[in-house]
Amino acid sequence: MTVDRSPPPAERRRPIQKLDVGVITLVILLFAYVVYRVDYVLVYDWDWEPVLNFIVTTDPETGSWMVNLLVEGLMMTLRLAFWGTIVAAVIGLLMGLCRVSGDLFLRMMSRLYVELIRNTPPLVFIFVFYFFISSQIMPLLGVEEFAREASPTTQKVIGLFFSPIGLFGNFLAGVICLAMFEGAYITEIVRAGIQSIDKGQWEGARAIGLSRFNVMRDVILPQAIRKILPPLAGQFITLVKDSAIVALISVQELTFSGIEVAATTTRVFETWIVVGAMYFVVCYVFAVLFRRWETSMPQDRR
Amino acid sequence: MSESGGDRYMLEMQGVGKWFGNFCALYDIDLQVRSGEKVVVCGPSGSGKSTMIRCVNRLEEHQAGHIFVDGTELTDDTKNIELIRREVGMVFQHFNLFPHLSVRRNLTLGPIRNLNLSKNEADERAMQYLERVRIAEQADKFPSQLSGGQQQRVAIARALCMQPKLMLFDEPTSALDPEMISGVLEVMVELAQDGMTMVCVTHEMGFARQVADRMVFMDSGEIVEVAPPDRFFSDPETERTKLFLSQILSH
Repeated sequence: MTVDRSPPPAERRRPIQKLDVGVITLVILLFAYVVYRVDYVLVYDWDWEPVLNFIVTTDPETGSWMVNLLVEGLMMTLRLAFWGTIVAAVIGLLMGLCRVSGDLFLRMMSRLYVELIRNTPPLVFIFVFYFFISSQIMPLLGVEEFAREASPTTQKVIGLFFSPIGLFGNFLAGVICLAMFEGAYITEIVRAGIQSIDKGQWEGARAIGLSRFNVMRDVILPQAIRKILPPLAGQFITLVKDSAIVALISVQELTFSGIEVAATTTRVFETWIVVGAMYFVVCYVFAVLFRRWETSMPQDRR
Repeated sequence: MSESGGDRYMLEMQGVGKWFGNFCALYDIDLQVRSGEKVVVCGPSGSGKSTMIRCVNRLEEHQAGHIFVDGTELTDDTKNIELIRREVGMVFQHFNLFPHLSVRRNLTLGPIRNLNLSKNEADERAMQYLERVRIAEQADKFPSQLSGGQQQRVAIARALCMQPKLMLFDEPTSALDPEMISGVLEVMVELAQDGMTMVCVTHEMGFARQVADRMVFMDSGEIVEVAPPDRFFSDPETERTKLFLSQILSH
């Protein structure tokens, strides 16, 4: 007789129950009510045309398609988020290492940084910090001059990867502000990653005579970074959203464009729904991509 | 025994004390180990065995007394500590291999970083020791792909790659499945026969009888009895030793 080794039948899915039907009906009713209020009571006259024109429009001279203000803003938001994440990751890595350092001064300094930023509103931080950067740091670095006097090729490269040449200084200030801000959160991610590595790894590495620096570089960080990457990807998405605050310091990203479009078209409702949808699509696509990438990553070899 | 080792001790502990908060983990430990000597440390759990050998390479800091390794005193100086760690190999209960590195890279990391060997020299040395622990064919696997016993043999090879003068074993077989233990013990016996100076914390009394020059029995952070194995097992001096031996040898 052969032994039956087929798996047991799959568990049945939970069927829809009365409560589920009730909840779904309520949500639909609520949605319908909102639409009703807007349409019949508020008597809002929807007009998407002018707003959508700010996404893509036709060139009045050649008649070909071209992207408009909102898409340009979105590109700027993505560039901000990209560079911001890179700079923030560097800051976060350095500060995270300081957080677990044996040196009391370094620990206190990084702690101060993290606590200062986590316990002030981002808006306030940006105002204070931006005026410091734009009035002190930028002139010191001579960024504006550099951009103005750069060769046409350099200017083109800057325009492609960073921002239009005239706004380069402003863009850099925005990136630094965002990076300083997100860096505090990444610092904590890095710290948690390092501390999640088993104490035995330190002991095993120190027992073969590795210096503290070498233990960190060869043993702890490679393992920690593997654990840090998924939350770091999540932080990138947060940064895409948080980058909206640098609209306040006139960096012409998506929210800034949104303000302009709303003012020009006077279609406030439509503009912000479109802008919101653009943020949502971008962030959601990244979230899905990162989730896929995370599950396809080789599992911890431990 | 072992007069050939000369008068200089490979390891000497003088009045070593260690406290965790108010808890006294080690008290007035005196122990001398000659070059080439094998010492097996046993005792009930929490008696300070592990803490004692972990003080030797500064994984724990002793707060009283003096520790000399091959004539050099262990001090707070970082360079001094790292030098002594190169002379002292350690094998842990839980292996502590680096999971993100292949077996070969686990072995070559120390020699490349600290002995300034080239990658090729380190590779050669790694293969030599992997063959010695009979696991050379696994060089390119990752630790998690090996059995516990194989991992522990890799850990022994990793320590040997630094060509230490003294090897410390902290319960090397306690985390292993029973069928894995003998392979690890065989490697340790061979190491002993080759003349390595060894201090082993273990409950493997068969191994102890086979290789130990002296048995050290610890209880509550103190060394209670030191004796050659035949006398230690047949005619222990103290009541505490008798009680301990009756508990672990009864089955």
